[in-house]
Amino acid sequence: YAWDANEEYLFKAMVAFAMRRYSSKSTTQISNVLLCNVTDRVSFWFVVTDSAKNVTTVPGSEVEAAIRMNRNRINGAFLLNDKTLQFLKISSTISPPVEPSTPVWLIVFGVVLCLTVAGIIFLIVQGIQRRKKKNKESSDTENLEEKCEVTVTIENGIPCETLDLKAGHINGVYAADDERFASL
Amino acid sequence: ADAPPESLKEDGRPKWDNKFQYLLSCIGFAVGLGNVWRFPYLCQIHGGGAFLIPYFIALIFEGIPLLHLELALGQRLRKGSIGAWSAVSPYLGGVGVGSWVVSVLVSLYYNTVLTWVMWYFINSFQEPLPWSVCPLNENRTGFNEECYESTAVNYFWYRKTLNITPDITENGTLQWWLVLCLAACWAIVYLCTIRGIETTGKAIYVTAIFPYLVLTIFLIHGLTLPGATEGLAYLFTPNLNSLKNPRVWLDAATQIFFSLSLAFGGLIAFSSYNPPKNDCEKDAVMVAIVNCLTSLYASIPVFSVLGFKATTGYWDCLDRNIISIINKFDLPEQSIMRQNYTTWIKLLNSSHPEKIAALKLKSCNLQEFLDQSVSGTGLAFIVFTQAVILMPASQAWAILFFIMLFSLGLSSMFGNIEGVFTPLLELKIISKSIPKELISGIICLIFFLMALCFTLGSGSYWIDIFDSYAGSLPLLVIAFFEMTGVAYVYKIKRFSEDVKWMTGRKPNLYWQITWRFISPLLLLIVFVAFVTLQIQKPASYAAWNPKYEDFPMKEEKVYPPWVLAICVLLAALPCIFVPLVAFFHLIKRTLRSKDPSSVPPEVFSCQVAIS
Repeated sequence: YAWDANEEYLFKAMVAFAMRRYSSKSTTQISNVLLCNVTDRVSFWFVVTDSAKNVTTVPGSEVEAAIRMNRNRINGAFLLNDKTLQFLKISSTISPPVEPSTPVWLIVFGVVLCLTVAGIIFLIVQGIQRRKKKNKESSDTENLEEKCEVTVTIENGIPCETLDLKAGHINGVYAADDERFASL
Repeated sequence: ADAPPESLKEDGRPKWDNKFQYLLSCIGFAVGLGNVWRFPYLCQIHGGGAFLIPYFIALIFEGIPLLHLELALGQRLRKGSIGAWSAVSPYLGGVGVGSWVVSVLVSLYYNTVLTWVMWYFINSFQEPLPWSVCPLNENRTGFNEECYESTAVNYFWYRKTLNITPDITENGTLQWWLVLCLAACWAIVYLCTIRGIETTGKAIYVTAIFPYLVLTIFLIHGLTLPGATEGLAYLFTPNLNSLKNPRVWLDAATQIFFSLSLAFGGLIAFSSYNPPKNDCEKDAVMVAIVNCLTSLYASIPVFSVLGFKATTGYWDCLDRNIISIINKFDLPEQSIMRQNYTTWIKLLNSSHPEKIAALKLKSCNLQEFLDQSVSGTGLAFIVFTQAVILMPASQAWAILFFIMLFSLGLSSMFGNIEGVFTPLLELKIISKSIPKELISGIICLIFFLMALCFTLGSGSYWIDIFDSYAGSLPLLVIAFFEMTGVAYVYKIKRFSEDVKWMTGRKPNLYWQITWRFISPLLLLIVFVAFVTLQIQKPASYAAWNPKYEDFPMKEEKVYPPWVLAICVLLAALPCIFVPLVAFFHLIKRTLRSKDPSSVPPEVFSCQVAIS
């Protein structure tokens, strides 16, 4: 926005407001605030006079304190901030960074750790179950094989010993076939 | 009765669910943090696009042959690094042991780097980002001094994360937040490697593919940032004069070598779980090319963001100067813009030179901002975090970036852990009845306890030492012995027969020449040059000392003698196993040669070829 007489009027009003709030006297008028040396940069000097005491200026320290107290109101009136509306010799107080009661990172860390531990426990339990099943299966198949042998021995009626597969006999017919194939 | 299937009966060895899993694991192992934070830096300082020339030459003559050799060896011998090299020749068993020791040392410190990444990740959920503002000092009158003199980003990294001590001899205390994150990292590693490749094979789908997604998102976003084109032009503008410097060729050769994660034993472990008849030649070429393309692909968003950061810094410098000029000369607002800044300066300098001089304006030069090149942890935790603050929705970008770094590092950790795990399982010292979950748990626990020393105040100095000494020189030595061992002890002829049996075609002339002559020679030259360069510069480190007079510049300090001794030990320990084991077997053989019933080594080697 352009700086014109209306903005100057607003500024004078804000300074008067700040003085009134600070000293709690309702005597400061807009006409008590004087601007001078207004430049294109939009920079200027201003003084506040005290009409009660015969046109003397209010001490600078009082004006400084008043403005410091109402800084955010003044900024808000102009839609500016500490950097864009600068009062030379009045340094802004820094607001501390917001710190939540529990650090956020601890919460996220807790979530990550819980997920990981849950995954580990799940996999370990799965591994134990798989191992138990495998042990049961292998003992089951062992039992099954024994049963088969027993069944064969009984069902066929021919005792297994006669069909002693461990002592292999070479069948003469097949041996002849082997020789035929070897020549190829 | 049914006979059990041949493959399971033979060795009960776990295998990959499918070929894609195996390829992803190899690619994930090769593609790591170095592709993001070391390759773009090397490109930048070594003449931009011109660096690609020595890079690709090193790839063709050093990287791919060695990669093929390792994959073929593991696939043929179906054993981890120790078993495989013992099978090639008992005298070469030390090569496998050396690989194993390097994998142990690297696993220790690599996971601590991931701890830092995780710490930044969990801090990225805070609004505003904790590294964007300085904390206040005790009496709330101003900002914390250390933070104010350096930057908020630096302060968060050196003080809030590392709590770094000013000297490597001052150990400091264990930083409890880092210990927590380290525990979480090792828990995640345990979760993924709990049953060996059975679980890493599933995890790799996420950890290997996710970084590419994030890189693409960053690529698209990075290219839209202002100043991205300056950064990219700066990165890729070739400067062919830089090729005259031998340092560039050495850096290219070492970068290819470390980037492909050769000589760790992890690749041998991965390929040992393959079916015996698998085309390892195509796999090797594919993994190497994907790794290089990933490096190139990653450097584009990195440099877009760096260009954006440099441009923003340049604009900030200009703006500060403009404000002081406008204030001094009481000029109207918006009269001096960035575009006409130089003309205004000339005008004002000619008319009011003393006023301009009194302002003490800083000279703003975009080139200077671009020249601030960083690599490694500095790139990720200082430069990139600063750039992220400047972007809108900075939390989301920070979260994405650190998850990507974590995935990249995690998939490389899988390879390292497999390189440790597989040979251990094959050694006779662990009985078969102990479940795999317990063994991996014990290993992860031991590693976690050993890595606690990196969470001390001086931890990051020690990680630099491990990285420079344990993770570099021994690998070159081991790779050299790998190559010459296969070429001249196992003999290339027999190796070619093995490869032919596996892939169905004999390795062509390119492989023959590189395996026999070019690669071993190249490795020898690189090793000698590397050692010469290391010896020439005195072993020093840059310490972060707030009491230093030139703070925030880092203080150059020399390593004390006992630290130097540890450096030498780290570099020598893996290498020492190569002659040690050979010597041990020589003694054993001479003692047994008096016994006529001993088996001569040739028959032993023949058994390997037939099985």
